[in-house]
Amino acid sequence: MLETLLQGLSSSSIYAVLALGFVVIYKGTKVVNLAHGSVMLLGVYVISLLAPRLGFWPGAVIGILVGAAGAVVIQFMTNAVRSKDHLVMTIMTIGINVMIAAELTHEIGDATVFTGDPWGNRSLSIGGSSFPVSRLMALIVGSVLIGVIFAIFRFTQFGVKLRASAVDAETSSLLGISQRSVSIWSWVIGGGLATVGGIFLAAFPANGLDSGSATLAMSAIPAIIIGGMDSAGGAVLGGLIVGCGEAVARRLIPELAPVLGDSFASVVPFILMLAVLLVRPSGLFGSKVVQRV
Amino acid sequence: MSDLIWKRSGIALVAVLLLAVPFILENDMLGVAIVCLAYAVAAIGLTVLVGVGGQLSLAHGFFVAVGAYAYTVFGSPKGEHLFGFGLPPLIAAIGAVVVAAFAGLAFSPIARRLGGLYLGMASLALVFIADYVFQRVGALSGGSGGRMVPAFTVGGLQLSGFTKHLWIAGVDFGGMQRLWYLVLIVAVLSAVAALRIVRGRPGQALQLMRDNPAAAAAMGVNIPRAKSGVFVMSSAYAGLAGVLIALQAQTVVPHTFSMTLSLNLLVMIILGGLGSVQGAVVGAVVVNLLPAILDKLGTSGALAFIDPTGVRGMSGGLFSALVFGAAVVLVLIFEPLGLAGLFRRAVRRASITRAG
Repeated sequence: MLETLLQGLSSSSIYAVLALGFVVIYKGTKVVNLAHGSVMLLGVYVISLLAPRLGFWPGAVIGILVGAAGAVVIQFMTNAVRSKDHLVMTIMTIGINVMIAAELTHEIGDATVFTGDPWGNRSLSIGGSSFPVSRLMALIVGSVLIGVIFAIFRFTQFGVKLRASAVDAETSSLLGISQRSVSIWSWVIGGGLATVGGIFLAAFPANGLDSGSATLAMSAIPAIIIGGMDSAGGAVLGGLIVGCGEAVARRLIPELAPVLGDSFASVVPFILMLAVLLVRPSGLFGSKVVQRV
Repeated sequence: MSDLIWKRSGIALVAVLLLAVPFILENDMLGVAIVCLAYAVAAIGLTVLVGVGGQLSLAHGFFVAVGAYAYTVFGSPKGEHLFGFGLPPLIAAIGAVVVAAFAGLAFSPIARRLGGLYLGMASLALVFIADYVFQRVGALSGGSGGRMVPAFTVGGLQLSGFTKHLWIAGVDFGGMQRLWYLVLIVAVLSAVAALRIVRGRPGQALQLMRDNPAAAAAMGVNIPRAKSGVFVMSSAYAGLAGVLIALQAQTVVPHTFSMTLSLNLLVMIILGGLGSVQGAVVGAVVVNLLPAILDKLGTSGALAFIDPTGVRGMSGGLFSALVFGAAVVLVLIFEPLGLAGLFRRAVRRASITRAG
């Protein structure tokens, strides 16, 4: 039971980190970054190139910076859409995703990308059950990052600007908040978070990432939809629901419904998402869109 | 007056070219041409949903898969480990379109409530659930190896697959050549039907719903119904395309319908110009043709940096993905109406030059 709980919590924290990346970008610019997975893979790929020479930590820092920089480049491209239609800007990220994915597939080929993280495949014994160190690190780093992000939202000037712009971009712009800097910094944070999530997705018990792994980031989508696309708290809760739901399913299916097979657990987040959408179309904490005539 | 003559002679020229395709192209490129038209049907449905209705779908490929598998299951005899109903091909094909439309209808409790972006995210669920179902239910999909698609036969005349030789004007009219005409007819009918929908009342209601939902509701448009209606319509188009793609491929494999397909379909309609039926057709042709042509040129050594095997250089598919990705960005920045917009502008300029 404890093992299931810990597993659920640790994958929750990875989901939450990826979901927070989506949410910060959406709050700042009302764009869903569908190239999130490619940004993640880009960051992890850079780490895999640098880590053997520089060591893991310097490599990780540079990789996270590259992910952040890549996200900013995407922000510039989407910002060039003249109509500023968020649907069109989101659709553009699909094109960017196709482009980055093709280039990364060309670079990576059939190989598997490893970050060379220091945790390896070691496991700790907690309460009689073994638990991978990498997953424990995911839980710790994820929780700390979530705390930091919330502190930024709550206490820094950027946080206030971001929240104001998320509520009403036009008014906050009239009040002297630079939408440009809010947009850029929200994508910096989003791209960085994507890479951090990628590091843990590549770590044990998973076996590195391959060129198709960009889709993995899409499994964080249920978390943001369940929580509500513009709610950071919702993203964390969504991550928890999705991660724990998946862990519980993984644990229970072999006993209760073996017909469904092991792979059913990976569909559980999406089923949870559809269920939530039927009841609350804008997620648990998302702001409802009100039509005024 | 002269514009009308130009337009009519243009259409006549295209029609003659299309009818002559099996006489011009070898079997391998003819297959590519059929795929182009089949995806054009899917792209038409998607452009009405996304471009006209403003509803994003990342799961259009899912409905293509539903069409392909429904046709295969309906048309195949019951196998030892495989589902099959052994229905006549025409009924199987119609049934497949109906099933795809119903799949769209089943999703409509969600499609009717959500707007644009949210629907796009929610539709991702279908892609992942389908992926699971295809892997898990081997009796449906035939596993990762796929399963055979029954040939299409109407009134004793076989229109796809391998057939007996039938020589017309020095060309062997095999299954592929016959399938071309079948797909051509279906694609033309689909395009005409879509044009009527887009230019008629439903299309205007959808456009108003996209641009200003409140105004549309005030004008008497039932928004939830319009949203689910356009979703069902686009699913039916995808299902029809799925049947055609299955007939061309002769074997359906789950891998064909991955998320990449849904994204590629979006690329087709963006390049063609969101909301333009003609643009969707052109986009589908460009996206499916370029990789094949590049690979052909690469194999013959005309393009040094292209190698289908990926040893000497990039494969045609990868290189064209780079091109398409960049093209999507450029189109959305500089010409949001896509190739259709470019074409319209060129025609206008030409007619002004002629007049002046």
